Amino acid sequence: MKSQNSLAILTFVLMLVALYAIFIYAPTERTMGPIGEVQRIFYFHVSSNWTTFLATFFVFLNSILFLMRGTRELDIRAATAAELGTIFGAFGLISGTIWAKPIWGIWWTWDARLTSFFLLWLILIGYQMLRRVVDSPGQRARLSAVFGILAAVDVPIVYMANRWWRTQHPAPVIAGGAGSGLDRQMALTLCITMVAFTVLYFYLWKLRCELERTGDTVEALQRRLQTQGLEVR
Amino acid sequence: MHTDSYTSALRIENVEKWFGQNSALEAVTIEVRRGDFMVLLGRNGAGKSTLLRVMARIVKPNHGQVEICGMDVRRNPEAARRRLGFVAHSSYLYRHLTARENLRFFTRLYGLEDQEQRVQAALKWVGLEASSDRPIVGFSRGMQQRLAIARATLHDPEILLLDEPFSGLDLEAAELLAAWMKRFAASGKTILMATHDLEHGLEGVNRWVFLDKGRIVEELTGAYTVVRDRYKQFLRERKGELS
Amino acid sequence: MNFLNQTAAILWKDILTEYRTKDALTSMLLFGLLVILMFHFAFEPDSLETEKYGPGLLWMTFVFAGILGMNRAFAGERENDSLQGLMLAPVDWGAIFLGKMLANFLFMLVVETIILLSFTLFFNFDLLHRLSWMVTITLLGTLGFASIGTILAAISMNTRMSDVMLPLLLLPVALPAVIGAVQATAAAFTDPPGEALTFWVKFLVVFNIIFVTLPLLLFEYVLEE
Repeated sequence: MKSQNSLAILTFVLMLVALYAIFIYAPTERTMGPIGEVQRIFYFHVSSNWTTFLATFFVFLNSILFLMRGTRELDIRAATAAELGTIFGAFGLISGTIWAKPIWGIWWTWDARLTSFFLLWLILIGYQMLRRVVDSPGQRARLSAVFGILAAVDVPIVYMANRWWRTQHPAPVIAGGAGSGLDRQMALTLCITMVAFTVLYFYLWKLRCELERTGDTVEALQRRLQTQGLEVR
Repeated sequence: MHTDSYTSALRIENVEKWFGQNSALEAVTIEVRRGDFMVLLGRNGAGKSTLLRVMARIVKPNHGQVEICGMDVRRNPEAARRRLGFVAHSSYLYRHLTARENLRFFTRLYGLEDQEQRVQAALKWVGLEASSDRPIVGFSRGMQQRLAIARATLHDPEILLLDEPFSGLDLEAAELLAAWMKRFAASGKTILMATHDLEHGLEGVNRWVFLDKGRIVEELTGAYTVVRDRYKQFLRERKGELS
Repeated sequence: MNFLNQTAAILWKDILTEYRTKDALTSMLLFGLLVILMFHFAFEPDSLETEKYGPGLLWMTFVFAGILGMNRAFAGERENDSLQGLMLAPVDWGAIFLGKMLANFLFMLVVETIILLSFTLFFNFDLLHRLSWMVTITLLGTLGFASIGTILAAISMNTRMSDVMLPLLLLPVALPAVIGAVQATAAAFTDPPGEALTFWVKFLVVFNIIFVTLPLLLFEYVLEE
């Protein structure tokens, strides 16, 4: 409990710092005129995307470990990572759209990054759907671990394939690489936000895993109660 | 198929298996010696099936060792399974293939020699020679079971694992199975059977093991009637409990 | 050697079964032809545009028909629990995967050949022009797809909504194979083909190496209980 509390405080503090940096410290984007303030959503967008990738990595890692060791704890970690990945991913997609429209005039473009990110998000949803439709808990863990590994290996390949495809069929790219030509204050703000989001991710992950473990305990107790309740003495 | 010398046919040590939160087998240690005919008794969900499947290595235990004829199953699952014959409620047969094609497939899969002769001999033994060349989708249940028994014996297994084999069998098939088991046991080979049925195939049983909630609770050696009464008492004691 | 024998035995059994029932092949073929018809009405490509849309439409048709046939691999083993019968045999479970994967691969190729010919017929696709490339690309694209499809079919088979789960899981993961195959096909039909063709063919080769090996290694975890 204690470590959770200190993590909570750390998260809170960092997010405050990040918010300050985003809204007050970072300069307004000059080249975009009066709507330049909208650009600030960029910090949330990039950080959300980063967190999604982080989550996917943990799905991958925990899936492999689960196949090797078979403990419920690893299964919990993989599943909750996927959940958080989906949420941060949705946030990333939405913030990206909100940012793109006023500045570039389009809601969406099928450039390599956006396309592969969208696909990653769909894969994470697919992973969760898979978990929902398997009834046996042991199988659920194993099957989603296998899918998690296949999908995680696939994601960078999808990105590369899209990139190579796009070099032949160029399309508008929203915000050339992240950090291309960012002024120092903005770069610093981005770093702070990414760190804050990372810590937030770990905090939420910890909470969610704890929730899952509690759920398991409750289930076990329920089963024991059932057994004892029916015993004829 | 060479028969080397081994005394322990099946050995499992400290095996644990859990499915998610449910514990199916807890710290089970048991040795089935060569030539034993052991019967596992217990309620539904006691872990009898799981135990057999751990031995056949289609279920991987979370903990513990499994040895078949002295071989570590983990190191050499194929060689271990070659010694086993498994008979369960399902026939494992392919509906759209003929009896002959089914058996041919299995001889090929098992890498056996003299495939055609074996297939022919097996068909003859179970009395299906005449119907060997039509798809088994038209077979009666009894005929399918007879073919299933033929399938299980194709590779001359050393050890027979049976999981509720008599459920749903008609009289003819049941008698065939019981006769084969008797012969099998008489030739010094090993049998391990999980069953509910205290009527069939129990000639020659020398060890009886009671399983409950994933643990071995009791072992008996003795006359059938004594064991039967003790088993009924065992069930009565646990009546009303969920397993 | 044993491993190959086991794979061959399983492959042959699947072929024999399909030969008896013809379930998968007929449904895949029929579906493929229907998709072609739908595409015709949806896009009405004239012969000029065929060059542009052809590769995409072709592979979309292959993908849809392929998904339909993919479930066959394990649906047929459900009866009489025959999958467990295979697992109990002294076989390397990888041989089960490979045998079924090759069967899926073969059936898809049969259907694809007929669909390719139909494309040539219906859309004046000039196939003979680059036949050897088309054969290569089709083989490579189909192999990776069949491999991923086979393991995902094994996974989906254990779920409640097995028919729906398969395409949901398969399409995203097999996407690079589709991209590669479409691009390679398009490159094969431009004159001169240029480096894009060799690039995408190499991409497909690498993709196949990864996505035939990985499912082979992971398959035993899908089977065990």
